[in-house]
Amino acid sequence: MQKVMMGNHALSWGALLSRAEVIAAYPITPQTEVVELLSNMCADGSLKAEFIKVESEHSAMAASMGASAAGARTFTATSAQGLALMHEVLHWATGARLPIVMGNINRAMAPPWTIWTEQTDSIAQRDTGWIQIYTSSIQEILDSVIQAYKVAEQIYIPAMVVLDSFVLSHTNENCEVPDQDKVDAYLPRFENAYKLDTDKPAAFGGLTGPDWYYELRYKIERDIQKALLLFEETGKEFEEMFGRYYGLIETYKLDDADVVLVTSASIASTARPVIDQMRSEGHKVGLIRIRVFRPFPSELLRKLLSGRKKVLVVDRNISFGMSGAFYAEVKAALYNVKGRPPMWGYIAGLGGRDVPMDVIKGMIEQTMKEDHPTQDIIWIGVKR
Amino acid sequence: MMSEEIKWEKESDMPLMAMSLGRMTVNKTGSWRNLRPVIDKEKCNKCGICWKFCPDVSIEIDSEDYPVVILDFCKGCGICAVECPKDAIGMVKEA
Amino acid sequence: MRYTIPEQEIMCAGHKACQGCGATLAMRYALKALGPKTMLTLPACCWSVIDGPFPYSSVGVPLFHTAFETAAAVASGIRAGLDMRGDTETNVVAWAGDGGTFDIGIQALSGTVERNDNVIYVCYDNEAYMNTGVQRSSATPWGAVTSTTPPRHFKQERKKDMMAIMAAHGIPYTASASVAYAEDLIRKVNKAKQIPGSKFLHIIAPCPPGWRSSPEITIQLARLVVQTHMFPLYEIYEGHYYKLSMDPKKKPLTEYLKPQGRFRHLTEEQVAEIDRQVDERYARLKEQAERSKPWFEAKKEKKD
Repeated sequence: MQKVMMGNHALSWGALLSRAEVIAAYPITPQTEVVELLSNMCADGSLKAEFIKVESEHSAMAASMGASAAGARTFTATSAQGLALMHEVLHWATGARLPIVMGNINRAMAPPWTIWTEQTDSIAQRDTGWIQIYTSSIQEILDSVIQAYKVAEQIYIPAMVVLDSFVLSHTNENCEVPDQDKVDAYLPRFENAYKLDTDKPAAFGGLTGPDWYYELRYKIERDIQKALLLFEETGKEFEEMFGRYYGLIETYKLDDADVVLVTSASIASTARPVIDQMRSEGHKVGLIRIRVFRPFPSELLRKLLSGRKKVLVVDRNISFGMSGAFYAEVKAALYNVKGRPPMWGYIAGLGGRDVPMDVIKGMIEQTMKEDHPTQDIIWIGVKR
Repeated sequence: MMSEEIKWEKESDMPLMAMSLGRMTVNKTGSWRNLRPVIDKEKCNKCGICWKFCPDVSIEIDSEDYPVVILDFCKGCGICAVECPKDAIGMVKEA
Repeated sequence: MRYTIPEQEIMCAGHKACQGCGATLAMRYALKALGPKTMLTLPACCWSVIDGPFPYSSVGVPLFHTAFETAAAVASGIRAGLDMRGDTETNVVAWAGDGGTFDIGIQALSGTVERNDNVIYVCYDNEAYMNTGVQRSSATPWGAVTSTTPPRHFKQERKKDMMAIMAAHGIPYTASASVAYAEDLIRKVNKAKQIPGSKFLHIIAPCPPGWRSSPEITIQLARLVVQTHMFPLYEIYEGHYYKLSMDPKKKPLTEYLKPQGRFRHLTEEQVAEIDRQVDERYARLKEQAERSKPWFEAKKEKKD
């Protein structure tokens, strides 16, 4: 079925098709449409789920944990302040090994108040052990929710599907809504092997000393690393069933590229016609869109970026006191590679500042002009 | 549920997350006490109040309905002695 | 039944509670009433430690340890998850101390009971943040010394009236209980099990190290706190109809206060002030119970 829908509704449709059973969510601009549509879907019976109208995001994630621990497939959504408020409980969900899937609309952090897009909110959660998928189209948002459950439930690691505020959340695009039967075949019913069970009573999360806590952390890391392969496997399976492939990254005109732009989300979408334009001008430029940020696809990036002349990374986020997060991590992945290319790190688009084609072109041109970067962070478009 | 001590050598011996596999009856809290309750069967009227008020589930009822202190676990709090309506329980110093 | 409370033990021995712990008795009794088809959510509190370290447990039912503020919210989630999987029978119980109920957990609690989610919320109240070293909570009574309210600056705020706050949410059933009155406590848990919607139980649980009292008098204190009218036992139906569980002839307040080191610094005037507050509150409670009598009468007639 073809349907024109906004990014937020794509999250709702993803949850519906995944047969989410419990939804606990609190409204925040620009996420509200996600939960409003889900409420309607519950009300008209198209989604057989219980919608808990919690009183805060902290409780939204807490209630989600309870539902998942009880064995139900659980979904929630939030943004910025709400995601930040959940922080403690995000850690808890990971440690409790609960495969919750959450949509996060990337919105800049306050103060001052803002509703426009920036990735710092989800970047600030990258240490919590959640899988992170950065989407760049409405179709991808819908499909990613389904794929996220498939990966998360195999390794008992929670996952967030993130999308740009307004640019994606409130933009309408044509979308292929997969058949429920096919989704059911792709994503079977959730059976939590570690659920709360009165036939097998157990206490979860009891005090653990230094002698064994370390090993439990090791298990989390070992398992989140499995997602690297799982995304490619489940992506191939998705392609076979639905005709669309979703892996760890997406490349565009990369093969013989000397200069590679690495970025994510909607900036990557805008970058494609820039690549086309520069190619037509004779420049060998290419694009990598990082889709799965956690676990970070280090090996794949090493493979694709080794031997390039120059790499530039564009971050729509900042880790204050350091740099953009994608830049820091791409650099780190390439560090031990002999003959690694010099890398430029650009900050653009914070707080929803537009990043149009000419700005992206400017960044690539700056990189092409310089032999090596002279700054750790290059701020683009600051009025000074 | 087992009540034996659980020993691991390595990570793969452990469950996926911190989930309990045994009961706390492995923990013999009897070693905590300084005082031990002694029940005088002559005075005891088998009312069961001592059993009722024990926070440590350390009083059992035997086949003749007399209370028996489970010394492995009794922490010697003395509640049973204080609550016994027949003054049938005295607290004596542990050796 | 040989005794006045069910004999089956669900909680086991070997747990980490201090000698004479009231909180442990609360759990032991509650579980006897709840039965094995029960799931607990447990935020940071004494019981987080009492239950035992990984990989052991002493409660004998599924238990989800959770973050401090979240007991009620997790309970709401478990309820929804179980319901969706076809299990509407298992009791879902949030088990929290006064910290996780009156203070840091109050928002989630208010949310859960405002939605009238079908869970039982039990607060075992030892009147301070005992697990972290006896710091004051809003449940600490006026006049008490804690590690953050030393004798020169003892707590001068009155104990937050959690029962009234729960009643204000209009929930089907709210009740106070004491570990000294095990039969009454168990009756109330059984009552809560049968009523759909949100139920709140407030159990006074003496803490020997925190109250600076001798472990052996825990039950005596839990009895005296009721008999001196300082912690009356009553039920509130539908947030509006009050019923006293007992109306004991008042014992002198000093009998309750004297054996506790946390009140040792109080002057006669200060004790008199506490007494005045106790009497004032008790009188109001009796008025509420009197006013509610017709409602209970009408219910009884309907039954007969």
